[in-house]
This record gives sequence, structure tokens and C-alpha cells, in this order.
Amino acid sequence: MLRFILKRILEAIPVLFIVATITFFLLHRMPGGPFDTERPMTPEVKKQVEAYYGLDKPVAQQYFNYMKRLVLHGDLGMSQKYFGWSVNELLAGSLPVSLELGLEGLLFALFFGLLAGIIASLRKNTASDYVPMSIATLGICIPNFVTGPLLILVFAIYFGQFNASGWNFPRDRILPAMTLGLYYMAYISRLTRGGMLEILNQDFIRTARAKGASERRIVWKHSLRGGLLSVVSFLGPAVSGIVTGSLVVELIFDIPGAARFFVGAAFNRDGPMLMGTTLVYAVLVVVMNLLADVVQIWMNPRLRFEE
Amino acid sequence: MQFASKHLSRRRFVHCLGAAATFSLLPGCAKRETLVEVGDRDLVLHLGNGTEPQDIDPGVVTGVQEYHIMMSLLEGLVSEDPVDLHPVPGVAERWDVSPDRRVYTFHLRDNAKWSNGEPVTARDFLETYQRNLTPSLGYEYSYMHFVVKNAEAYNTGKLTDFNQCGYKVIDDRTLEVTLDNPTPYFLSLLLHHSWYPVHMPTLRKYGDPYQRGNRWTRPGRYVGNGSFVLAKWRVNDVIEVRKSPTYWDRERVKLNAIRFYPIESDDTEERAFRAGQLHITYTLPPSKIEYYKTNNAAVLQIFPFLTTYFYRVNVTKPPVNDKRVRKALAMAIDRESIVKDIVKGGEIPAFNLTPPGTAGYTCRAQLREDIAAAKQLLAEAGYPDGKGMPPVEILYNTLESHRTIAEAIQEMWKTKLGVDARLVNEEWKVYLDSQRSLNYQVCRAGWTGDYDDPNTFLDLWTTGSGNNETGWSNPEYDQLIVQAAATVDPQQRLEVFQKAEALLMDEMPIIPIYFYTRIYLQRPEVKGWYSNILDNHPYKYMSLEAPK
Repeated sequence: MLRFILKRILEAIPVLFIVATITFFLLHRMPGGPFDTERPMTPEVKKQVEAYYGLDKPVAQQYFNYMKRLVLHGDLGMSQKYFGWSVNELLAGSLPVSLELGLEGLLFALFFGLLAGIIASLRKNTASDYVPMSIATLGICIPNFVTGPLLILVFAIYFGQFNASGWNFPRDRILPAMTLGLYYMAYISRLTRGGMLEILNQDFIRTARAKGASERRIVWKHSLRGGLLSVVSFLGPAVSGIVTGSLVVELIFDIPGAARFFVGAAFNRDGPMLMGTTLVYAVLVVVMNLLADVVQIWMNPRLRFEE
Repeated sequence: MQFASKHLSRRRFVHCLGAAATFSLLPGCAKRETLVEVGDRDLVLHLGNGTEPQDIDPGVVTGVQEYHIMMSLLEGLVSEDPVDLHPVPGVAERWDVSPDRRVYTFHLRDNAKWSNGEPVTARDFLETYQRNLTPSLGYEYSYMHFVVKNAEAYNTGKLTDFNQCGYKVIDDRTLEVTLDNPTPYFLSLLLHHSWYPVHMPTLRKYGDPYQRGNRWTRPGRYVGNGSFVLAKWRVNDVIEVRKSPTYWDRERVKLNAIRFYPIESDDTEERAFRAGQLHITYTLPPSKIEYYKTNNAAVLQIFPFLTTYFYRVNVTKPPVNDKRVRKALAMAIDRESIVKDIVKGGEIPAFNLTPPGTAGYTCRAQLREDIAAAKQLLAEAGYPDGKGMPPVEILYNTLESHRTIAEAIQEMWKTKLGVDARLVNEEWKVYLDSQRSLNYQVCRAGWTGDYDDPNTFLDLWTTGSGNNETGWSNPEYDQLIVQAAATVDPQQRLEVFQKAEALLMDEMPIIPIYFYTRIYLQRPEVKGWYSNILDNHPYKYMSLEAPK
């Protein structure tokens, strides 16, 4: 197992290097620069500012300087949009918020998704199956820029129990986590139901029932591990998606997370910020996929032999 | 009481939990106290402020969001009246003007203090102005100082001795500023943040004051001289300022704190307002204007704003290099319909560039909407009924409202003149790049006045002005703008502007469309906030009086 993890980490290094290189050169191909504003600077002024940020040097040298600082010091440079801030500082402040939101969304999705999926599989073709599965289908279909405002309208504006935006109090987490997690919850519940049904129809479950095992024991001990395999393999992309896909939710609820920098940097041509967010998200995706693989191997003995 | 069995106790527990969760969401139960209700009690103003500020250092930023925050933290030589923004004493308690109106002597009050307790001196202003003009800082608003003797030469590096610029410290409390020309709007210019002082020792402590990327603007470091001090800055979340204990006029300041929220999405902001989190929003989604007009007019604010929406025309590209074609296109736009049916925010159709009433100036040369005359002009240019005319390209930055306006104009040109137009939208920075490099035929634009004077709209179109971007150049026009700057008599000066703008409207390198309005929501308990054309609201006059 350790060898597998090490191998994957080593594989990740060239991946990140390629991501950084491609992003850097794509960025330099984009028309317009960070200091092109509606009120243009005089050419003299612009030259001074560009020299300060090292933008007057040839692109190859800029690339070399950037990689050197990045590898030797982990320095992502100064933001060219938010003048007094380094990219490291801005990400250190905002990434934990995005991660927290992602984690809460994921916990919400897992808890309610598994619950609904298991109940539906045990009471197949009854109301307890149809109702949550119909809701799940809706959850997959309705985009979060609809569910977010709807939740706000009902719970924040009509009932007045939550703030409509912001990230200051513990209860500010509830609506965004629900909005973010809903899609994944729906998906997980359907995967759980399908996986559980497949296992529950197997011979060994019939044997367990025949020898008089309790329903609880059958679910927890015998079915869950096999029934959730498909959920676990979905978790890798789900976690990456939840963490990187929180932009809309961050905008709807005005949450000070990193996704806003990610998108904003491209529009602002804030090179260091764009490089920084791209790299950080690339690392996140690599790490999350690795974790999901590890969990999958741990849960599925067949994969262990292949290793 | 003891539970009958473990099983029951757990079930009960779950039921209690469920019941509690359900009841907490029921409409019957009491609403929580909202942020604005708490704010009304504690005199804390909650303000929507658009986007995250790039910085709050007056020597590097340009945006209005930043300006709104800095207005609370810093104070210039003069300050503004909250109602009509006329200059009133700020750090300077009085000033003398020389008979030729070129030399201003400012007398600083002796109780003006920085937030660290040090007195604000004439030297502080001088050092700040030197910083703002230093080329290495690359300050985009340095041109606000160009009315001062030799300021431009120093900023462009032609002059290296700052002592030769028109700023002079007479003593700690006296600053003398010498101008190139008698500039009637000079005191209004001083309201701009490029004239705010900064505390240079603090800047030196946290970086190079003459470069960007100085980190002095953090809570705990920021030294200001305004009516509030910086208390909290959480990026993309909130900036909080608290009443300053050292401000000279602190007796007048009623608010204890202001919280500025950078809420980027206007829909999110409107919902936050409805949920009782904001006293005043930064803007309002256009789709909501009608709703508020009919359902909650008391909180809806609409008033004229010193901004014009217009189209630039690239006079170097055929067929719009012919002024008859430009005029025909301008005459065929039904502005009333654009304002009434598309933008719907009480905007005013524009038949010239400078918004009416800018510092007492209203342009007399008005464009006529006249289809017959437009057709006539087009025929004279060789395109009778639009025949033979190549399609005109309208460029705009990607935004729904710009698209609908461009589509309407496309339709008007087609049906009224027989002229085909193609719409091209580009992402913001690409659009700026195309505009700068004259890679367009007609393109959407807007301009907000930097100060209350026609000059801020009319000096854009001089030859070599960085904001011209139309390829248009007219020596007579350039001459008129120079002449206006040198004219002492205010009435005569406005007459020169009349001539200049008439010339501009005749040549038509720009097609005016409408004058903007500011539209936002404001709760009734906010007092001392007045609508004005620059949308500046000095916070020291504001208070919160919740209805009993």
C-alpha cells in the first residue's frame, strides 16, 4: 500500500509541473494585461509598474523566475489585482473557507444520501423508496443557482432564521452546505440504493437471513461494505467537484472562499493569482483522487490483489 | 423521571430533536434580531460596497469602492458638504487665493491629528503629493495633480527636482500650492483621494513607499486622519471602520462603526437587504426596479449621476471615417425607447456628452433625432438608403444590458436607415485591448466624471489623451480646451466649453446615448445620506434613527 501511495505521489509531480507550465504560457497568450484598465495609464507609468512586477522581461525568463521562486520558497508572488497582498496570504485566508464549506457540503451529502439510499433499498417499491428517490432525481436536475436562492427566500427572508449571505456565524454554514451538497446527496442516495439492492439480492444475504440474523446486522455487517463500493469510487471526483465547484455557492451566499479568486484571476489577468489558484486546485484534485483510491482499495479486497 | 427503557429513551430523544428542528423553522416562532436592528441600536451602519477593494492606499487605487472606504479613513485639505458636495474646510481650516487665482495658501488646523496621535502637518501633504507623482509608483490618478506647476513634468520624469513643483511648505501649518492656470474647479479637485494625505513614516515602516505592494494598509498598521479608523479587514468578507478617538471633529461623528461588505452579486446583495443585513445596497438588479417601484418605493433610491453611456466611433475606419455617416447613425437612435423599454432605471436620454447641470454647465448643442435628415446625410455620403454600405460592427464588453442595447440600436439602424450592423462581444480585458488599439468600428463606452466640472468630460477628446481612443484629433478642439483652462472668468470659461462641445457634437467621434442614474436601496432609518451627482457621502454627518 505504501509503495502504491509513494508511486502516485511521484507521478503527481510531473502532472503539476505540466499544469504550471501550460497555465503560465496560456496566460501570456491572453490579450489584455493586469494593468489595462478603463482609465489607461500613460505608457511611462505602465512601464514602471510592469517593471516592478517583472513583466518587462522576456516570457521565458519570467517563467524561469516564477518556477524558481515557487520551487525554492513556495512563493506564489504578489497579486497584481490586490496590490498589498501576496497570493500566499490571500489563499491562506480563503482556502480554509472553501475547504470547510466543501467538507460540510460533503458531510451533508454523505449523511443524508446514505440514509435515504439505505432506507429506499430496504423498503423497495414503497413510499419510502419513491419519495426520496424522486427528490434525488430533482436534486440532480435542479442547478444550485436555483436551489441556493430558493433556500434563502424560504429560510432567510420568509422565516428569518438565517442570514441571506455572509460567513460570520455557525448558522451561516447551513444553507450554503445544503446548496452545495444537494446534488451530491442525490447522486449518493441513488448509488447507495443501487449498490445495496444488488448486495441484498445475493445468496449470502439469503443465508444470513435464513440463520436468523437481525435486519440491523444484515445491513451493517453484511451489506454495507459491498453496497457502498460504487459510492466510494464516486467520492474521488465528488470531493474534487465539491471543493472546486463551490464558486456559484460562494457567490450566491457571498462566502469569502478561494473559488472567487480562481475565476476572478482569469478575468483580471492577475497572473500570479491565476497560477496560484490553478496549482492549488490541481494539488487538491490529485490528493483527493489518491485518497479515494486508497479508501477503495481498503474496502475492496479484489483491488488489493491487483496491486 | 426515569425512562421506562433505554429503547424508549432514545426514541423520545430523537422525537424531541425532530420536534425542536421543526419548530425552529416554523413561521410562528419569533424572528431573530437582524443585523440592521442590532446596528440601529449600536449605531453601526451596514453598507453594501460592490467588490473587494484592490487596496485602501489612496496612492495606488482608482475605484469608487475603494474611495468609499478611504473617505472614512482619511481627510484632505478640504472636505465636502454632504448635500451638494461644495468644498468645506477639512484639515485646512481656511485658505487664501492670490488675485490671479494661481496661488492657494492653505492654513491647517492645529487640532488635526493622525490616528496615532501625531499632528497632521503641511509636510505630510507635501510628502504624499511627491509620492503620488513619483514615476515608480505608477499612480493612475497622478493626472489629478497636473493642474499644479511642474507636476506633470515630475510625473513623467522630465523633471527630477521636486522642489521645482508648485507645492511649498511655509511652516508646519501652512501649505502653498501654485497652479499653472487659474483653475476654477481646483477646490473640487481636492476632494479626490489623490489629494488625501498618507502617513509616510508608516509607509516606510512596512515597505517601499514609492512602489506598489506596500503592506501598510492592514488593521493595526493603518494610520489615517479621517473620522474613522480601520478595525477589521477580512478579504472578500468585510471591512470594518470604527469612530476615531483622535479626529478633530469627533464630536460631530454619530456612527460608532461602519461595515463595508464587498458583495459582488447584485442579486445576493438584494437578498441580504431583504433579510435585514444591509442599511444601504451598492446597486440593484435592473430586473427588480419595477418590483420596488410598485411594492416598496420607500426604500428605492434613483437619482442622476455624473456618468454618460455612449458609443465611441473609430474615425480611422471606413465607412465611419465619414462624419456624415457618424451623424446619420447617431440621429437614427431612438434614445427615449432605450431608456424606457430597456434600461428602465429613470435614465435620461443624452443628446450631448456632458451631463446637464455639471457645475452649472448645460450644453446647448443638442443632437437631433431626425430620420429624414439622417437619410439625407447617408445619401450624401454615397449610401442612399444604406445601399452599398458595408456592415458596421458594434463592439461591447460581455454583459446582458450592453447586448440588449446594442441589439436595439442594430434594429433601429436596419429599419430606419437600411444599415446593417454586426454585434461583437468581448470579455472585459480583450475589449479594453481592442478599444485601445483602435481595433473596432463602433464600441460601447461609459465615463464617470472625476470631479464636478465639464472639463472632466471634455478634455478626454484632445489629441494624445489616453482616454480618447477614437483616433479623432482636432487642433481647434485642442486649442479650445487649453483656452478654457486659461480663462479666469467662470462664465466665459463655460462659453469656451460650449464651443468645444458643439464642435465635438458636429464631428461626432462619440455618440451619446443616455445619462446614468444611481439606483440602490436604502432603509428609512439612515439619516444624513443625501443623493448627489458624484455619489459621495461623507460619513461624519450620518446617523441611524430607528422608527419607534
